[in-house]
Order: sequence, then C-alpha cells, then structure tokens
Amino acid sequence: MKSLLPGWLGWPRFDWPLLAGLLILSVAGLFVLYSASGENMDTVYRQGVRLAIGFGALIALSQVPPYVLRRWTPWLYTAGMLLLIATLFFGVGRSTQRWLDMGVTRFQPSEIMKLAVPMMIAWYLHDRRLPPGIKQTFTAFVLLLAPAILIVRQPDLGTALLVIISGCFTLFLAGLHWRFIAAVAGIGAASIPALWLIMQEYQRNRIRTFLNPESDPLGAGWNIIQSKIAVGSGGLLGKGWQLGTQSHLEFIPERHTDFILSVFAEEFGFVGVLILMGLYLFIAGRGLYIAGQTRDCYSRLLAGSLSLTFTVYVLVNGGMVSGLLPVVGIPLPLISYGGTSIVTLLAGFGILMSLYGHRNLIR
Amino acid sequence: MSGPDEHGGSGGGSGGGSGMRRKIAAALGVGVGASMGAHSGSRLESPWSGGGARAGRAIKDQIVEQEIFDQRSAIAFSLIVLAVLLLLSRFSYLQIINYGEYATQSVNNRVRFLPVTPNRGLIYDRRGRPIADNVPAYRLELIPEDVDDLESTVRALGALIDLGPDPLERFATARRRYREFDSVPLKFNLSEVEVARFAVDRHHFEGVDVVPYLVRRYLHGELLTHVLGYVGRLDADDLAAVDEGNYRGTSHIGKSGIEKHYENRLHGASGRERVETNAQGRVLRVLERKEPRHGDDLVLSIDVQVQRAVWDALGDRPGAAVAIDPSTGAVLAMVSKPSYDPNDFVHGISSADYRAILDSPGKPLINRAIQGGYEPGSTLKPFVGLGGLELGVIDRQSEVLSSGNFYLSGAERPYRDWKEDGHGWVNIQEALEHSVNTYFYELAYNMGIDRLHDFLAHFGFGQATGVDIPNEISGLLPSRDWKRGRYGEPWYPGETVIAGIGQGFNVTTPIQLAAALATFANGGVRFAPRVLYANKRAGDQRAVLVRAPVLSQVPVNDADNWAAITEGMRRVVHGVQGTARGIRPESGYQIAGKSGTAQVFAQDVSEDERDVEVAEHLRNHALFIAYAPVINPKIAVAVVVEHGGGGSREAAPVARAMIDAWLLQESEP
Repeated sequence: MKSLLPGWLGWPRFDWPLLAGLLILSVAGLFVLYSASGENMDTVYRQGVRLAIGFGALIALSQVPPYVLRRWTPWLYTAGMLLLIATLFFGVGRSTQRWLDMGVTRFQPSEIMKLAVPMMIAWYLHDRRLPPGIKQTFTAFVLLLAPAILIVRQPDLGTALLVIISGCFTLFLAGLHWRFIAAVAGIGAASIPALWLIMQEYQRNRIRTFLNPESDPLGAGWNIIQSKIAVGSGGLLGKGWQLGTQSHLEFIPERHTDFILSVFAEEFGFVGVLILMGLYLFIAGRGLYIAGQTRDCYSRLLAGSLSLTFTVYVLVNGGMVSGLLPVVGIPLPLISYGGTSIVTLLAGFGILMSLYGHRNLIR
Repeated sequence: MSGPDEHGGSGGGSGGGSGMRRKIAAALGVGVGASMGAHSGSRLESPWSGGGARAGRAIKDQIVEQEIFDQRSAIAFSLIVLAVLLLLSRFSYLQIINYGEYATQSVNNRVRFLPVTPNRGLIYDRRGRPIADNVPAYRLELIPEDVDDLESTVRALGALIDLGPDPLERFATARRRYREFDSVPLKFNLSEVEVARFAVDRHHFEGVDVVPYLVRRYLHGELLTHVLGYVGRLDADDLAAVDEGNYRGTSHIGKSGIEKHYENRLHGASGRERVETNAQGRVLRVLERKEPRHGDDLVLSIDVQVQRAVWDALGDRPGAAVAIDPSTGAVLAMVSKPSYDPNDFVHGISSADYRAILDSPGKPLINRAIQGGYEPGSTLKPFVGLGGLELGVIDRQSEVLSSGNFYLSGAERPYRDWKEDGHGWVNIQEALEHSVNTYFYELAYNMGIDRLHDFLAHFGFGQATGVDIPNEISGLLPSRDWKRGRYGEPWYPGETVIAGIGQGFNVTTPIQLAAALATFANGGVRFAPRVLYANKRAGDQRAVLVRAPVLSQVPVNDADNWAAITEGMRRVVHGVQGTARGIRPESGYQIAGKSGTAQVFAQDVSEDERDVEVAEHLRNHALFIAYAPVINPKIAVAVVVEHGGGGSREAAPVARAMIDAWLLQESEP
C-alpha cells in the first residue's frame, strides 16, 4: 500500500478509539447545541461546518509526519508571534482586540498559539538533555510567556492561561524539576496582586462576583447564579433534551457558547455529566497513552501536552458553570459553539494522531 | 537525539518496557544514567543532528526521558482524574444534594403569576339606562426590575409626557404596593398625543409601556354624584381594607356612594394567569389562566328621569330631595345640590381643583340627602299627631283652641302660632291642614318627651336609615337620657313643647324624613331604603331583584288613626286652607303632604330664647314631605331647600315635580 502513495503520504493513520471518542463527542455536541441555541438549525449547521473543517484539519495533520511538523514549528511560532503583534495594532473586536480581519474571514491569532507554544517548547527541548536545566527552563518560559503577555493585552485572559498551561505541561512532562515547579507556583502566587493590577475592570468584576455572586444577583452575579440554578435543577436525570427551562427561557447567558455545559447539565442531569466527563477523560487518557507510545521526545512532549491541555478546558469550563471557578472565556471542547477553537482543538488531535501513526517511522 | 530506536513492536506497552529498553540502550553503548540528571557535562555530537548540527547539545538519554515522561504523565493523569472527581462532586452537590432548592428556584424563575383584572360592573338606572360604564384608556406603566436607572428614565419620560409634579416621589409611594417585577402605573388616562409620542420613542424605554385599561365614566356627570359616588386611585388606606391579592391588578376603587358601598360586587374577583416568562420578564406563553369573575352589573332603583326632574326643580338653590317607593323601600331619586362632576375624581383630581370644591360655599362634597342635618320643623307634626292618637293622648275629635300664643304655666314668654291671632278651635286634621302649632304644643306637652321620643323612634327618627350609601348621619331625636348625657342637664317642659313642632334639638336628614313618611304611607312597615334595585352577576342572564330589608313594623292600634292623619295631610294639598294647596295637581291623583320650616343647626338655646320668631328668620330652610297617590301610595318624598323660607312655597313644588315625574311617566317596566 505504502508503495502506491507518494512520499510520506501513506494510508491514513488514525487512532480509531480516539477518533471515535471525538466523533461521538462532536455529534452529541451538535444535539446539545441544537437545544441550547433554541432549536436554531442555522447555528447547528454552522457548527457542523466548523467541525467538518476541524476534522478535515485533523485528517490532514494526521498524515503529516512528525518531523515535518517539527521542522515547521519555529516558523509557525514566529508567524504566530507576528500575527499577535499585528493584532495589537490592527485587531478588531468589540471591546477586545482578538480578531484579525483576513478579508474573507476573521480569525484569532491567539488560537494558533495554543498549538504553537507547546510545539515550540517541545521543539526547543527535543534535542536537549532532559530534564531541562535552569537555562533551558528559563528559555522555555520566555518562549511561552512572550505570546501569553501579548494575548493578555488583547485582553483574553482565558486563552493566555491556556497557552501558559500548555507550555507548562510540556515542561512538566519533560521532567521540569520539582524545585522549579515549587518556585513557579510561588512566583505565581506572589504575582496575584500584580495580576490584579493588570487586569481589566471587567475581569476584576468577574473575580469579585465569583467570590460573592449574591452581592449583585441581577448584574454581574447573574451568570453564576442562573448557571447554578440550571445545573442544580437538572437533578439526577435531567429535564430532558430541549426541555431545559433555564436555557430555553434565556436565563442562562452565553448558553450556546461558554455556558453550554449548564444547558447540558440541566437537560441530561448528573448522569449525563458523568457520562460526558467519562468521555472527556477517555479522550485525555487515550491521548496520554498515545504520547507514551511515541518514540521521540518531540512527539511525546507535544502529544502529552495537547492531551493534558484538553482536559484543562473541560475542568475550567466545568468549574466555571458550577460556580467553582470565576467566569473565564474558556469553551467546553467540541460542544461549545465557537469558531476557531474547534478547529484548533481538532488540529491538535490531528497532530496527536500523526505522532501516533508515525511512531514507528522515526527518521 | 539518540540513536534509532529499533526495539518494540507497535503496542509494546510503555509501562513495563523500561527495563528492556534500558538493556537495549546499554547494548547500543549509550550511557545509562542511574538517576536523573546524573550525567556530567560530557558533550557528544548526535549522529542524527545532520547538516543543521548545533553545538552544545547534551547526549539525550532516551530511556530516562521516557521514564520521566511516564512518571510525569502518570502524575498528571492522576491529578486530572482527581480534578474530574472534584468537579463531579461539585455537580453532584448541585444536582443531587441541593436538587430540591435549585428545582424550586428554576420554577420560580420562569413562572410568574399575573393578575387578570376583572371589569368593573356597569351601573344602570331602574329602566336600564346606563349611568356608569367603562371606556378604554391608556396608562403608562413601568416595571422597576427592568429599568436600570429609574431616575433618569422618569426624567426622560417627563420630557415626553407630563407626569405632573414630583413624579418620582409619587412613583415611590405607588411602588410600595407592588412587587419588584410588577408594573407600577406612572400616569393614567394618557391622551392620544401622549400615547403616540411615547410610541415613537418607545425603544428608548425598556421596562416602560403603555397599557390599555378600562376607566370609569359617569354618563350623567354631576346629576348622580351623590348616589353613585366615584372611583378613585387605589391608595394605601383602601388597600388595607380589601383583600390585597384580589386588587393586584386593580387601579381604582370605589371611594364613595354606591361605588364604595357595593365595591365588592362591582369589583368582582381578580383572575390570574400563570405565565412562563423569560429572563427579561417577557411573557412567552400562558400556562394556565383562571378567568376573573367580572364585577356584577348593578341596576339602581333610581329613575334618571325623576332624578332629572328634581334636579331641574331645585334649580341653583342648595338643597336635597329624596324619593322612596313606600311599598318597597326603593329609593327613586336622591339629589343633593350643589354637586360636582365625579369624572374629575377618577383620574386623580389636582389638589388645587380639590381645594376649590372643598372650599366652595355650597359645600358640594356633602351629600345633603343623607348627611345634611335639618330641623324637621312642621314636617314632624303628622308623626306627633299619630302618636297622640295611637297613645290615646288625643282622639280624632279632640279640639284645641289656637289663639296665636301658647303659654306654659310658669313661663312668661308664649310659644306662637304662625298666624298671629291663631286658628281658633281645630281638630287634628285641621291642625295638620293649617299647620297649627298650638295644637302640637299642647299635644306634645301632654304626651311628655318620653312617649314622644319612643313613638317617633318607631319611624326611625334619630337613627340612620341604613340606606346603601355610606356615611349617613343619624340625626337626633332628643330624649331625657340624651340631654342628661349630652349636657348634664335635666329635660325642661318647654323643650317638649317645641319638640312637638319638630324644633329644638331635633335633627333629621332628608332621607330620614322620606323613609319615615314611606313607613307611614305603607301602614307602618319600616324599610331600610335601598338604592340597589337588582344585581346581575357576570355571566348570568337575569338580574336578581334586591329587596329592601324590613327593619321593623310600627305597631298599629287603630287604622282609623292613620287614616285621620292621612286625611290631614291630604288637606295640606287639597284642602281649601291647605298650606300647600298651590301644588294641588290638576290630574287625577291626590297628594298627602306637609310643609315645614327649619334651620340647618339645632340651636343650643334655653327655653326662653327659643320661640317661633326664630322660625320666621330669613335664613329658614324650606321643607316639604309628601306622598302620592293618597290611596295605595307609590312615592314618598322629602325635600329641603336651604334658605328657601316657607316650605310650602319653595319646597312643595319640587316635591310635586318629583311626584309628577314618577307617577305621570309611562307604566313601570
């Protein structure tokens, strides 16, 4: 077979269990979205198109051998940085400058960085002796903080955090010394006041509201309170598909984007949440398994980091809708309605599959 | 990068393979570090770094790195599982432990109860002519919950629509009645221009809306004010007196008259809608609707035509007139002048306009028919005379000599007749016909105040009649006990004498007089007069007749006594010398009547100062009571014309007009 196909292009190499998990999640997500959008077929259709593009990217990337990805990594990272800088100057958006108008479509350069940063750090570390020393660690942090700072300035705290986290995971998997981890955690804790200072007012309000949502139940606390009511009133088995009153009566804001999990929890109950979490955990676990199967350092670090970052989406989003975490704009992967993040996520899984499919073809 | 990793099949299992990898690595001659980071700085070129060989790369220990990775990913995965468990425990806390609470909140969130205001019952006169109905109007409403900045919203609205002075303050008062998500009326009865103006700018005012409603209209304006009363804006005091839940959507309530007395029937029962709303409070669908029970339609016993006749007959003079059907106790007409237009009160009268009405010299707010206290004067004589006959103080033939003056033993000043040299010997019928004071001075004196009081009380003097219009006064029927209680003084015989001609302490209201006369006319059945004639519940085909309650039966000793008094009263109108012969009708029916002259306020004066000269004072009020036909009476009336002078001249024609209007119109429906 291989002989029939030119060069590195071989028979599609998929990790079928992972692909199945992603497909189940995506299709289920469309159903949830149908209900959450108030039975808006148009929304579902557009999401379907995005998923198709995402799976297209997944298939395409899964066929690109890791060494090609590896070689392109610095360029991708550099391009991402340039676009981020461009966004600072030419960005569009209502209150934030996240989008770059490409004429045909608008697009968030920060999304690229969700992939480019772990790729870059994996690239940087892949031919260095691990665990990384002080110098390498420092360099790696510069590589991840530079784009993160640019993204924070847009401001888009959620994406910035995801970028930082994905980079940190890469370092962690590379064997970052516990002393560093402790130090970073310490610095992180110490920098909270500084973080507070650089935050936008709306972000500060989110934190304030998070700490005490009842202080302003009709204003800033509304989202959290209504989301908790939606989740709680779902009970064990849920109100049934399309029967969630909190969402259908528009009590939940952002119900088909960031708060879609509230809708899901309301309509499918705790059992639904349990199954959903199981599915996410399966995907993350399978991703980590794949990472462990790969033979080269770059693949391993990247695959591991992508899998772990994926779970962060789920955990942060789940914590947000259930009132455990402040409201940050992090979508529920593959279910929230949203443009580039779906493509990015599926592209990430494409990379994972590529790393897996080519695990025995190390050059 | 280390050397090519030849080993391992496809699925090999990363967990248990590290030992094997280590051996292979050893076989390949790559240094095996015992522990992490044990490598010295020895630097070797990787054979695989190819053309892009970079200097300063450490030798990579593939196995150690794999080990590190496995370890780290195991830690990370464990942490993630832990975090997912934490998240799930949070969801179970919300969805299982606190399910009940959130389920309730979710239901409360979407379901609201909206009142469905019942339509106020219509009011008709006895012949079915509408006298109070409801017309559509628009009011401006605001939902506080949906308005971000109340003050600036109200200010902006004020620029479009005149909200009157201090709209915010008034709004704050009104708002206390309502819940946060209920709408609060800002202004009633918007003009068409205001409605249009708001419609244009409506999108600027979230939470503000123009709402149609029905507003009371009184078709005859001031003609029926004192009967109907009026509805006005519901205030805190009103609310304390009613079931608040039933008035949730109601803006107006009966403030006086029939509107107040029959508020419960006219209002009906509020319905309610269970509606599903979205977060903005917009009603998405009605889940359940309990229809309101609309207010009862009321048919009054008032005949607008008779009412109009009295109204016109009274002219501009202040006064009052009441007509009662003696056979049923139904009130046929009730006029008090001056009056005012109740429609002004429906939308809230301005305080300046209200002051003007309040301070108006005629005091139009007083319903003279039930609140005007007048000396009955000579109109009391038929009752005193009947008492004399029934109690055996006199008989039908008893005669008294009227010489113009009546002297009480021991007193120097005489009690006078209106005719200077008296009327000569008169019996009871002549005494009534000519209104001979002396006859009644002597009769009262012989009866004594106790018997006089007790007998007159049978006819309801000194007591509120219990008519179905609020705030009736009781008048005053003096007695020994009353005087002792009131003044701490004993009763003087002279006071009995003047009580015999309805003066002194006596105070009656026009309705009391009419009711007493009706009681007499029907042979002693004392009804509590009714203005309500029939009551039609919403949805019913037929109205239910309302009967006036019978309060008591005046004991009848001898029907001839009653007939004698009737004859005396008939002669007042039809007798040759009758004081009211001027109103004798040309047509077939006969009227029994009695004139009277009185002052508005009973004077607190001693016996000596109290004499008939006062009765001739310029400011006397003219009174007349009458019923007709004499046989089988159909109408009993009492008329007071303030400052009218003689009752026969001023008040009797009004009574006549009333009787004509009633008896001469076509037969009853």
